Amino acid sequence: MSAGKIDKDLALRLDELRREHGDTVRLDRVAEVVRSLLSTMSGDLDAKDIRLYQELEALANYIHAARAEIAALRPDEIQNHYIASATDELDAIVGATESATNEILDACEQLETMLTDLPPEMGQRLTDATTRIYEACNFQDITGQRITKVVRALKHIEQKIEALVAAFGPAEPTAEATPPPPEAAADEVKQVTDEDLLNGPQLPERASRQADIDALFASFD
Amino acid sequence: MSVDKNMNVLIVDDYKTMLRIIRNLLRQLGFINIEEATDGSMALQMMREGNFGLVISDWNMEPMTGLQLLREVRADAKLKPTPFIMVTAESKSENVIAAKEAGVSNYIVKPFNAETLKAKMVSVLGEF
Repeated sequence: MSAGKIDKDLALRLDELRREHGDTVRLDRVAEVVRSLLSTMSGDLDAKDIRLYQELEALANYIHAARAEIAALRPDEIQNHYIASATDELDAIVGATESATNEILDACEQLETMLTDLPPEMGQRLTDATTRIYEACNFQDITGQRITKVVRALKHIEQKIEALVAAFGPAEPTAEATPPPPEAAADEVKQVTDEDLLNGPQLPERASRQADIDALFASFD
Repeated sequence: MSVDKNMNVLIVDDYKTMLRIIRNLLRQLGFINIEEATDGSMALQMMREGNFGLVISDWNMEPMTGLQLLREVRADAKLKPTPFIMVTAESKSENVIAAKEAGVSNYIVKPFNAETLKAKMVSVLGEF
């Protein structure tokens, strides 16, 4: 059945209803018209068409559900909070181990300046020991490279999530499916547990200095 | 012929801690004239201006990698004979093959120890 034919049938039924009831039509009469129209249409759809429409409807429902589920996962939060935080932490690891390695190298170089003051046998033992320390310090370069690879992988995941967010748009998840962001959850939980206090080392720029701790400690006196 | 430990050695790495480690290990082996570069282009410039008896270079650097540096060195008539040791974490066989094809003298995989460094230097320069 063509769209023109449907429109024509519909117009005829509407004209008939207007003649009978004027501009006020009871709901049951509207439902009757709709049912009648649908039955007329279904006569023009074969089994394959109906199956196709069912498949499309199921697919639409699936996409809708997936969209809600993805929104419930809070991809924006993963992108903005967790991944950003993870890369900062990893950068801090590289910085801290580099700093420690350089301290170790400083100490070794200082030890080597004492070589001339030592008997040859003891000097050789000291040289052997510092050689082993230099060798062990190789780890810093490898660690840095490995962490750089992990950061690169995280950034790749971040790009994919960004693409996912863009593709699905800012869907509003259902209230029950949406977990609160960590900060909000923390605000709601008034009772601070021991686990809540286990945050690990802070990034240098956010960490309190010993002087800050001392001042805070003294404020309780 | 004995190795002249007063030769100029150029070490190339974008990671300053690694430069420091290699410098100290070379010093312990008796090499005292050591210069440093933090990427291939800096190293190439230094090589063109100086006279180096050995280059020990990392691979993964920007803007010019160790492999690109090696190719530039081997393509330069004056620099071509310079012994060139690659010291890198890139340990896949295709890396080693690419370096060999580019004319690397020897190849050390990080992390390495002083014994390996010395052994590779001996294989390139001769006993010292």
